[in-house]
Amino acid sequence: MSEPQNLLEVRGLKVHFPVKSSLLKRTVGLVKAVDGIDLDVKRGEILGLVGESGCGKTTAGRAILRLIEATEGSVMFDGTDIFKLSHAEMKPYRADMQLVFQDPYSSLDPRSKVGDIVGEGLRVHGVHDAGERRERVLKALEMVGLTEAHMRRFPHEFSGGQRQRIGIARALVLNPKFIVCDEPVSALDVSIQSQVLNLLKDLQEELDLTLLFIAHDLSVVEHLCNRVAVMYLGKIVEISSREQLFGSPQHPYTQALMSAIPVADPKAKRERIILQGDPPSPLNPPSGCRFHTRCREAIDVCSTAEPQLVDLGVNHLCACHVREMQMKQARAESLQLV
Amino acid sequence: MSDKQNGNTHKDTSSEPPLLEVRDLRTYFFTREGTVKAVDGVSFAVQRGEIRGIVGESGCGKSMTALSILRLVDKPGRIVSGEVCFKGEDLLEKSAQEMTKVRGEQISMIFQEPKSSLNPVFRVGTQLVEVLKVHHVAKRKANELRAVELLREVGIPDPERRVSNYPHEMSGGMAQRVMIAMGMALAPDLLIADEPTTALDVTIQAQVLDLIRRLRDEHGMAVMLITHDMGVVAEMADIVTVMYAGTAVEEAATEPLFDEPLHPYTQGLIASIPVMGQIKERLDVIPGNVPNLIDMPPGCRFAPRCRARVEHGLTRCEVEEPHMIEARPGHFVRCWLYEDGGEDNA
Repeated sequence: MSEPQNLLEVRGLKVHFPVKSSLLKRTVGLVKAVDGIDLDVKRGEILGLVGESGCGKTTAGRAILRLIEATEGSVMFDGTDIFKLSHAEMKPYRADMQLVFQDPYSSLDPRSKVGDIVGEGLRVHGVHDAGERRERVLKALEMVGLTEAHMRRFPHEFSGGQRQRIGIARALVLNPKFIVCDEPVSALDVSIQSQVLNLLKDLQEELDLTLLFIAHDLSVVEHLCNRVAVMYLGKIVEISSREQLFGSPQHPYTQALMSAIPVADPKAKRERIILQGDPPSPLNPPSGCRFHTRCREAIDVCSTAEPQLVDLGVNHLCACHVREMQMKQARAESLQLV
Repeated sequence: MSDKQNGNTHKDTSSEPPLLEVRDLRTYFFTREGTVKAVDGVSFAVQRGEIRGIVGESGCGKSMTALSILRLVDKPGRIVSGEVCFKGEDLLEKSAQEMTKVRGEQISMIFQEPKSSLNPVFRVGTQLVEVLKVHHVAKRKANELRAVELLREVGIPDPERRVSNYPHEMSGGMAQRVMIAMGMALAPDLLIADEPTTALDVTIQAQVLDLIRRLRDEHGMAVMLITHDMGVVAEMADIVTVMYAGTAVEEAATEPLFDEPLHPYTQGLIASIPVMGQIKERLDVIPGNVPNLIDMPPGCRFAPRCRARVEHGLTRCEVEEPHMIEARPGHFVRCWLYEDGGEDNA
C-alpha cells in the first residue's frame, strides 16, 4: 500500500487547562484553549491556521507536536497515533516534526554559538560524530542563506531576520517531514518579513516539506498557504482551499476578519464590518455558536445549538447555522426548478 | 481630497499657519559606542484637523520624533538642534513648567502597549481623574462624572461600572480606549498616537482606528499617527511622511503616495507587503538590513540597499546626501533620481 495522502490527521483534539484556586489548589475552572478540532494536513502542502490572539492556534500547534499533552483526541502522524506512544517511542518522531518559533529574540540561547544552537538537535538524536554534525549544520545554514562564518557567532550579533533564519535552520537540520511555523514573521519588519516568507516557500518546494503555518495575518497566509483553517475561541469555524476561502469567505467571522485588515491602497473603499466588543473568555465560552455574541447575522438557534462543520460544496467546510440553512434552501430551490 | 492638497509643509501655500511645524529636528544619543543619530533632520507640519501618518520600520526614528516634540527624550539622548513650532511658539524654548501645561492640554500622546502605559495598581477611573486634577479642571465630583463620560465617548460599554476596573480587568482593546480617553480628557489640539493598534488583534484594531477617526471628525483634533503598517496609513492618513534611518525620505498626500511612490524605499516597502486578493509567486524584497545608526553610510542612507541606484548607475548616492525636493506638486522626495532633472538621465 502506498503512503496515506494525509501526513497528519488530527481528530477531536482538546486541550483544557485547569484554573486552580490560589489557596487550596483546587480546580475551579477550565480554560478550553482548544475544544475539539479536526484537521487533515496533506503531504507537501502548507496549511494555514489563522485566528486572533487567544483563539488557541498556538496551543493547537504545540499539542499536535506533543509539546503540550492534549486532554482528548488523537493525532495520526504518518499512520501512527503519536498520542499513544511512550516518551522513548516518541523520540524518533520528534526528529520528523519540528517547530519554528515566533520570537527570534527569545527562542535562541544567548550564550550558545549559532553552530551549537543549530547542532543541538543532532546531538540529542544521536549524531555523535562532530565532523558529521558540523557538515549537517553547515548544510542547514546554507539552505537558509547563512555561511560558515556565522557558525561561530552569538545570536546577539544577528538582526531579527537573520535570527529567524537561524531558527529555521535549527528546524531543518534533522531533515523533518513536518514543521509547525508559529507566527514566524510577525516579529519582523515588513521589508524583512517578505525575505523570510520567500525563504519558507522556497524551502517547502525544494525539500517537499509539509508545513502548518500559524498566523494572525490573513494576507501573509494567503500568500503562502494552499489551504486555510480559521479558528475562533478553540474551534475551527471554516476550512477550505486558499482560492475558496479568500474568494468567497463564508463564515461571518472570517468575513469580518478579512474586512478588518487595513489595505495599503487608499482608493480601496470597502464596506467595513466592524465587530463589536471583544472575544469572550475561553474560560466561559458562549453557548451554542461561540461567535453568536458578536455576529450580526445570528438567529435564535445560534445561541442554543453548536454548529458543526458542514461542507457547503467544493470542500468548503463552514460551521455556521445560517450558512447551512441558506445552502439547504438553495438546494431545495434548485431541485424544485428541475 | 481637495482640502488635503494644502497639507504640504515645504511651501507656504495655505492661508492658515500649521498647528505644528517641525523644522530640521535632530535628536542624538550619546553612548559609549558612539553617537546614535536617531532623528537626523526631520521636517514636517501638521495642519489642524488633519491625520498625518508617519510610517517606517523599527529604528527609523518615528517614535523618537514624537517624543522629541513633547520633549520626553531621556538621557543619554538630547535634542541637538531644530525647531518644534506649535501654534507659533517653539516648544524647545519653553521651560519645564510650561511644557507640563502643553502636555495633555495641548498635545497628548498614546502608546503602543496600552497595558504597560496604565498604572496596574490604580483603578482606571482614578487615573483618568488624576489627569483632570493635575490640570485643575474642576471639583472632584465633577471630575469623576467627566471620567465616566469620557469612557462612554470612547465606546466602553457600561462605563459606570468600568470606571472602577483595574487595568488587568480589561482587554487590550479596552485598555487602549482608556488611554485614548485620557488623551482626550483635556481636549488637546493634537493627539500623537504611537503605534496605537500594533499590540491589538485586527478586529479590535479596526474598532480603535474607527474611534480615532471619529474623534478627529467630531472634535477637529489633529492626529499624528505613527505606524509601521502601510495598510493602516493608507486607510487613516490624509498625508504621509515616510521615514528611513532617522530622516524623512518622502512626503505626499496619501493617494499620490500609494499611486506613484517615488522613493525606491517607499516603492520597495509597498511592493514587499502581501496584499489580499493579489497572489504573487514571490514577494518583492528589499535586500539587506537597516543600517546601524552609529556609523551611517556617508551619502544616501538607503544607497546600500537601493536597486534603483544600481539600475540607473548613479554614483553620487554613496558620497553625497540628497536633499528633500518637490518632485511633483506637493510630493516631496529625498533621492538623487529626481534631483537636477535626474529623471531624464534615468
